Amino acid sequence: MAKITLDNLRHSYMENPQSAEDFALKQIDVEWDDGGAYALLGPSGCGKTTLLNLISGLLKPSHGRVLFDDVDVTDQQPDQRNIAQVFQFPVIYDTMSVYDNLAFPLRNHGVDKVEIDKKVHEIAEMLELTDRLKTRASGLTADGKQKISLGRGLVRSDVNVIMFDEPLTVIDPHLKWQLRSKLKELHEQIHRTMIYVTHDQTEALTFADQVVVMDEGVVVQIGTPIDLFERPKHIFVGHFIGSPGMNVLACDIDNGKVRVGGEVIEVANADGFNANGCEVVVGVRPEFVSFVDKGGIEVDVTSVADTGRHRVVAVKKDDLELKLLLDEEDELPEGKSRIAFDADKTRIYADGWLVEQEGNK
Amino acid sequence: MNKTVNQKAWFFVIPVVVLVAFNAVIPLMTVVNYSVQETFGNNEFFWSGLDWFKQILHSDRFHQALRRQLIFTFTILAIEIPLGIAIALTMPRKGPWVSVCLVLMALPLLIPWNVVGAMWNIFALPKIGFMGHVLNSMGFDFNFTRQPGDAWFTLILMDVWHWTSLVVLLAYAGLVSIPDAYYQAARIDGAKPFAIFRYIQLPKMKRVLTIAVLLRLMDSFMIYTEPFVLTGGGPGNSTTLLSIDLVKIALGQFDLGPAAAMSLIYFLIVLLLSWLFYTLMMRGEEE
Repeated sequence: MAKITLDNLRHSYMENPQSAEDFALKQIDVEWDDGGAYALLGPSGCGKTTLLNLISGLLKPSHGRVLFDDVDVTDQQPDQRNIAQVFQFPVIYDTMSVYDNLAFPLRNHGVDKVEIDKKVHEIAEMLELTDRLKTRASGLTADGKQKISLGRGLVRSDVNVIMFDEPLTVIDPHLKWQLRSKLKELHEQIHRTMIYVTHDQTEALTFADQVVVMDEGVVVQIGTPIDLFERPKHIFVGHFIGSPGMNVLACDIDNGKVRVGGEVIEVANADGFNANGCEVVVGVRPEFVSFVDKGGIEVDVTSVADTGRHRVVAVKKDDLELKLLLDEEDELPEGKSRIAFDADKTRIYADGWLVEQEGNK
Repeated sequence: MNKTVNQKAWFFVIPVVVLVAFNAVIPLMTVVNYSVQETFGNNEFFWSGLDWFKQILHSDRFHQALRRQLIFTFTILAIEIPLGIAIALTMPRKGPWVSVCLVLMALPLLIPWNVVGAMWNIFALPKIGFMGHVLNSMGFDFNFTRQPGDAWFTLILMDVWHWTSLVVLLAYAGLVSIPDAYYQAARIDGAKPFAIFRYIQLPKMKRVLTIAVLLRLMDSFMIYTEPFVLTGGGPGNSTTLLSIDLVKIALGQFDLGPAAAMSLIYFLIVLLLSWLFYTLMMRGEEE
């Protein structure tokens, strides 16, 4: 168990990186608490796996340090770092039984037999593998194999951190749910630091206490799922999290007054803001846009998509296009209608980043 | 429901049937035909039943050739398979040296077999051959044309030189197909190098190694050209393997009946051994 500190971490796969584009990870400064459940969320190719491999020691960073409990482990090999990692595709030792697979990391670390037996049975019990302990691992289905991989990650009680690299990619959807809640449950039982890499927002938001959103080699935002949803720090986070993503609207700004589609709207963070030549946009989630009887902006409804619990309504006024959510029971207005934004949840972004203000920090 | 009966598809199978008939069934049946008959020339044949089979199975000459064949095959398997794996393990996985190594490894496989025999014959000659000369000047009394031991040494060395590459290439193909995640997982699990070999590399190479063993088993059992050019089966009969003996009976003495019977027995032995090895190596493979 350990607190993990990433200090000024940068990594490039090239030998002589010149520009910022040559870096897979541009600059990471993060501190993760002991025993937390973290998710690394981002699109494919954003550097999640690179970051994970730097923490596990499979890669050595080009710059910066990795610290476990304030001890510098940057130069240590993976087996010295005392960590566990579960990969995207199940890694099992084909010729061994399920039992031997689970016991393998313990045996390599010289744990005594009685203790091994106890731990293996404990983990097998948690993962519901007890009745298969004697069978050969190669005979199991994909999700059974991935359970073994998970089990090998969880079996050692002294690891500093357990890392999961998109572990549920190969698992059938209905088992995904099961395994994901299993992992969450396991985390509550054993309280070890866990880092979970995924590009699936549902996975990240359900598993983690803190979600780290990454894009193009930088950490865009670290926060609780609610933070990410309600106060995205960057329009990328707004886009990436939520379904559909945040509306990003062009606006004119003048003396603290924000105009969208020709109408002045209230936003949470525009007081005394000076654009200074930045590109300014308004970000508002479809959840916080609603139809109103008067005031607001007059729009045409262009399409409606039924998702089951909500309807996603797309509306339009000239160049302005946005989406809003309508509850199943609410009535869809006909023809010209008016919409308004929830002022507390509507914010302006300068060059993509949230405009921070004294008042709402 | 009416099922459409359309037998025209059989028509398209005819080319294959004809091809197989000409290259396998007809020659094999000719041999079967010879094996149960006696001939005194003039194209006159007399039924002789299983006499030839009994004669071959009880003949010392056949037993000795078979014994030499088994010694040869198992010796080269015992050397080539571990050596091939060892070389494959040391070959680079990435970078410009990969192609250099692969080409070097493939070279012996590209040389015509009779050339291999001739090369080694000259290479091992006691006076003028490089290997023969070096061994003799080091104080060994090396003469493969006179001493059976030396002949065997040269024969096995030649086969190892010629065919280990095949095992190397197959094992290498097996090794590079192992995803990186396996090595990474093993490093994280704290596995020692031997454990990585034993539990990851060897099991992942199992299928290609099975192919390598089967190919080397069958090919070495049927080896003819190289020992024929190298030693011609001598000195005496000391390196007369099954195929060389068979050719002597069939074409030297023109004993068609015994040669045919021996061919069939020979064929069944190769088949049996291949089946045995395959079953043993594939045991416990449920998938």
